[in-house]
Amino acid sequence: MHELSIAESLIGILTEEARNHKIERINKVKLQVGELAAVVPESLTFCFELVSRDTIAEGAVLEIETIDVVARCDNCDQSFKVLDQMFLCPVCGGPVLELISGRELSVSSIEGETGEDNGSD
Amino acid sequence: MARINVPVVRNILQANERLAAENRRRFDEAGIYVLNLMSSPGAGKTSLLEKTIEALSGRVGIAVIEGDLQSSYDAERIQSKGVQAVQINTDGGCHLDGNMIQIALGSLDLSQVDLLIIENVGNLVCPAEFNLGEHDKIMILSVAEGDDKPLKYPLMFQLCSVLLVNKIDLLPYTDCDMGKIRERARQLNGNQKIFEISCRTGEGFAPWLSWVESKVGEHRKTRMGSKQ
Repeated sequence: MHELSIAESLIGILTEEARNHKIERINKVKLQVGELAAVVPESLTFCFELVSRDTIAEGAVLEIETIDVVARCDNCDQSFKVLDQMFLCPVCGGPVLELISGRELSVSSIEGETGEDNGSD
Repeated sequence: MARINVPVVRNILQANERLAAENRRRFDEAGIYVLNLMSSPGAGKTSLLEKTIEALSGRVGIAVIEGDLQSSYDAERIQSKGVQAVQINTDGGCHLDGNMIQIALGSLDLSQVDLLIIENVGNLVCPAEFNLGEHDKIMILSVAEGDDKPLKYPLMFQLCSVLLVNKIDLLPYTDCDMGKIRERARQLNGNQKIFEISCRTGEGFAPWLSWVESKVGEHRKTRMGSKQ
């Protein structure tokens, strides 16, 4: 499954962000995954565990937030939540092509530990 | 040790998006129209290519990139029609990505090409998430797969500007309802063009071919325009 490629890309991003922020160990990663994204969260978590071994993110928890599919009708200037995969405007019934959300596949935050002791914790 | 929480908003697939954008720039500079052809295994991708190449040869310069887990069987089928074809073997990978296309482009002479068709790995799920730099994503659904497929693979149907319903010569032997396919596809993507075809008998090919030719024409114009 393509979740493996996605997990590998994620490790690349985490490694880069850790270097930029002098993070030595990553504990938690928050992701946003749209409901329309062709990604199975369990499969992504499984692949992440595999590919994070011996990396800075080994043992980190993946917290996946699912994002609703929201679309907008141009004619009616209305945004609405897409239910049962009906990409039709509930007001005029016309086809809706503009997606406001639902295809996210992104990192939203990284929690970790830096080597410096700033005394705050 | 100090704890740190860093807000980062980064698309996980941004590396692929960057490569896809580079591919797209290259296609646009050359005035080449590019299709990313997807379907489940056995729906008729390579047969569609063969028929399309036969019909358009002489009028349109065509090249093909073939994606498969293993073997060069499909590329050989296409080459026997007299067009350039390069095979990508993903060695188990379920989709093509922007990087694979960039590498494959190195083995193609694009100077006489108007239309590049990328035949993705047979799969209705994974290829949808990976842009390759194409102008349009198109898909084939064969009637033998059933009319419930739009419900089960919504992203694929949502993204594809064209749906080719293939093997319509088999319709009398299946329980597939063309009306349901059309209705379910419209719910997902009201702008999708639907062509009902049979690669075996050639039925329904004329409207599909004229759609492709008009798209190729539009992109050729941009090339001519940029040369002036």
